[in-house]
Amino acid sequence: MQNTDISNPDYFHKVVDCQWACPAHTPVPEYIRLIADRRYADAYMINWKSNVFPGILGRTCDRPCEPACRRGRVEEEPVAICRLKRVAADYKGDLTGRMPPPPTTKNGKRIACVGAGPASLAVARDLAPVGYEVTVFDSFARGGGMIRSQIPKFRLPESVIDEEVGYIEALGVETRYNSTVSSLKSLLDDGYDAVFVGSGAPRGRDLIIPGRQEAAANIHLGIDWLSSVSFGHVETIGRRVIVLGGGNTAMDCCRSARRLGGDDVKVVVRSGFDEMKASPWEKEDAQHEGIPILNFLVPIEFLHQDGKLFGMSFDTVRAEYDASGRRNLVSTGEPPVRIECDDVLVAVGQENSFPWIERDIGIAFDRWGMPKVDALTLQSTNERVFFGGDAAFGPKNIIWAVAHAHQAAISIDKFCNGGDLRDRPAPDVTVISQKMGIHEWSYDNDIRNDLRFKVPHLDLTIALKDIKEEVELGYDEQLAFKEAQRCLNCDVQTVFAPKLCIECDACVDICPVDCITFAEDGPEAELRTRLSAPAVNLTQDLYISDGLKTGRVMAKDEDMCLHCGLCAERCPTGAWDMQQYLIDLAQVSPIKTPTTRQGVMA
Amino acid sequence: MTYLSKPKMHHPDLKANALGFTRRDYEGPVSTLCAGCGHDSISAAIIRACYQLNLQPHRIAKMSGIGCSSKTPSYFLGASHGFNSVHGRMPSVLTGANIANRDLIYLGVSGDGDSASIGLGQFAHSIRRGVNMTYIVENNGVYGLTKGQFSATADKGAKNRRGVPNMDEPIDMVSMALQLGATYVGRSFSGDKDQLVPLIEGALMHKGAAFIDCISPCVAFNNHEGSTKSFDYVREHNEAVNRMDVITGRAPITADYAPGEMELVRQHDGTYLKLKKIATDYDPTDRVAVMNYLQEHKARGEIVTGLLYVDSDADDLHGYLNSIDAPFNTLSDADLVPGAAALAKLNASLR
Repeated sequence: MQNTDISNPDYFHKVVDCQWACPAHTPVPEYIRLIADRRYADAYMINWKSNVFPGILGRTCDRPCEPACRRGRVEEEPVAICRLKRVAADYKGDLTGRMPPPPTTKNGKRIACVGAGPASLAVARDLAPVGYEVTVFDSFARGGGMIRSQIPKFRLPESVIDEEVGYIEALGVETRYNSTVSSLKSLLDDGYDAVFVGSGAPRGRDLIIPGRQEAAANIHLGIDWLSSVSFGHVETIGRRVIVLGGGNTAMDCCRSARRLGGDDVKVVVRSGFDEMKASPWEKEDAQHEGIPILNFLVPIEFLHQDGKLFGMSFDTVRAEYDASGRRNLVSTGEPPVRIECDDVLVAVGQENSFPWIERDIGIAFDRWGMPKVDALTLQSTNERVFFGGDAAFGPKNIIWAVAHAHQAAISIDKFCNGGDLRDRPAPDVTVISQKMGIHEWSYDNDIRNDLRFKVPHLDLTIALKDIKEEVELGYDEQLAFKEAQRCLNCDVQTVFAPKLCIECDACVDICPVDCITFAEDGPEAELRTRLSAPAVNLTQDLYISDGLKTGRVMAKDEDMCLHCGLCAERCPTGAWDMQQYLIDLAQVSPIKTPTTRQGVMA
Repeated sequence: MTYLSKPKMHHPDLKANALGFTRRDYEGPVSTLCAGCGHDSISAAIIRACYQLNLQPHRIAKMSGIGCSSKTPSYFLGASHGFNSVHGRMPSVLTGANIANRDLIYLGVSGDGDSASIGLGQFAHSIRRGVNMTYIVENNGVYGLTKGQFSATADKGAKNRRGVPNMDEPIDMVSMALQLGATYVGRSFSGDKDQLVPLIEGALMHKGAAFIDCISPCVAFNNHEGSTKSFDYVREHNEAVNRMDVITGRAPITADYAPGEMELVRQHDGTYLKLKKIATDYDPTDRVAVMNYLQEHKARGEIVTGLLYVDSDADDLHGYLNSIDAPFNTLSDADLVPGAAALAKLNASLR
């Protein structure tokens, strides 16, 4: 097998599963260590630099990091990364002097951001501090976009949105709220150097089946209804409510309905429970609030009498998989299931909508009505127009919007300065040995056996009374410390120096998870079967090193490594070292962040 | 010394043996020996052997004397019986324990100082009496605890860390064990678990005195240029006579070697030692030939390893003494104190 090239920044980045899985590549273990050290403001700033909305994401993120977390493989559950992020936001205290100041001089380049959601705001955050004149347009009265309009307040208090949108507005960003952009052409004609479209996926998909028109008064599109609730236009709902759909919007709808007078709320889903798009914890929260989730029911019609909705009928189906593994929902032939209700909330998907983009201004659209956007540069076929967030590639989530925004900002910066957009700036990589003395390491490598700590919740009877009462209380400092200690410090890497190795087997013998093997070389697939523990997880790399005296290779399966450092601890020659690997992705504005190594900001 | 404890977490695919134990269940606390010590590898090999043989930890008694090697029983088989005796006296304590309770599996762990110097007589007599045990000498050629003086097994001409050669003749424990009537004799190397683990398994299953000389480099005091017990030297001069697998229970015996290359040796308890011959003319059942072979190869500077000698029909001390089958702790007071009449009868028989 090829010797592993550990100088390739991607190699060790992949070992930090959480950071690799995060679209914005937030340095998770680094900020978790800072939380354990009660340096909440430092932890917050690391997040703020990388994902722009720590307080918001700490409550609402889709958490791609958590399924990736190594702890979830060696133990039962991943570290509660998302809720630890919230801890950093909750306990950060005073941030005076930490946020970049508005620039004293502008660079003369004007950028328009359409929509004031996470993507546009993150573009503004990246560009404004270095002197760009950024103008953000939104049809609502305040910034935040879907964060403000669609996420219920019991999950995300308004004050958190105000604070984090405020940090960006304070960077000298011009906001034009209450103003709808109705023509991209006229925006381009206004002489902006570049336009960023972060207008989201603002249209809820409808369900056109018999009875839809007749019973329309009691059938509501999920995201529209959520924003009406959010802005106080809707304050009640019928006693019996059916929510259609299996995504996170459906979960927000049913939990909101439960707080607005719906005491018999049901979620009805076409697919099975496990295939639902909603995050597992959101389904759990809904069920905890007494909302049943009924699966394998396909809507037939809305039942109504005298123009009044009184229920729905469903066909019972089962999932069948064809030879190619594609799922088909096949009717069981049982009689239709009737469920009575007063209101229906339709949350079966979202769509993009660009009626305000003229089709003759050089922006190509595909046959699904989506703009053709370069996945790397986020540039459209009109070189001045960039897309990001849900507007670019369809509905995703906040953290993807932020990730797009960072890349779009880099592209816009290069575009305005005549650079090559495909030439992406390299990440900043720091590798530092953690060895302090013979048996001393500058990270806490004592592995705790604690299982994941539950986040305390508000008593349900109180929570269900007020739609604005935040239901999750968040970890307190003690719980946060204990949860932070579950982190395995996967960014502290095992680095092997074959020239120093005497092949004494001490590392092989001590490794608690049988990661390390010294073996005859062979093709990867075959070598994987001959290791101390067979390396069956093909998504995880083998760290291969030759150059040993016996001619064998050192093969380390990264999959289960606890990063406990016992291999380095028991190595007589220092052939193993534990080295902290920090990767900081390039951004337009050089925001300084602290690290665990530094007492003060660098 | 490592202050950290080894995390309890293990690989999720770690297999349990027939008793439901994983390999990790046979471990002990983290070793306090120097990092990289060959002895720790031998401990790991013992753990692996006991796990693979499905031994119940509480049916094993690990005995040792004094020295780095004799500390190691603290670091494996944490749920087994143990006795850390005075210097060089492990064989006597083991013999006594074995007489009292023949149902336990006895594992004596000693070193070249403990067995070849202060305990040489103890070693010799426990072997010649045929005590049913596995006797492992973790042989590094130096006194590690007192900072690296040559031990009695250091080769003549081997140099210490300052370059001063050893002028004394070495004691070859394998040759002594053969001469004293050990019925299972092996030599191995801490850096070769593929060879060492089956050798320990075979010894644990052997009835009679099983002796293993395991060369175990001392990374602190005897792993330098000029040492004959260093990783590099042993790897260069290692001449294995065979490779072995231990086959227990109903596991099928597959002949994956050409005829003449493989030999099956049935042990007393029904397990088989499957030997793959490396030295084709080597016969591990011919004691005199083995002794000659070892001397010839030693003269050439080679370190002969593998299963060197086995007598699968051997008996043990209990057989020679015709002692009672039951362990003493299962005997009743009436059995142990037969009374005045029985004593009088015995005395009368001697008059």
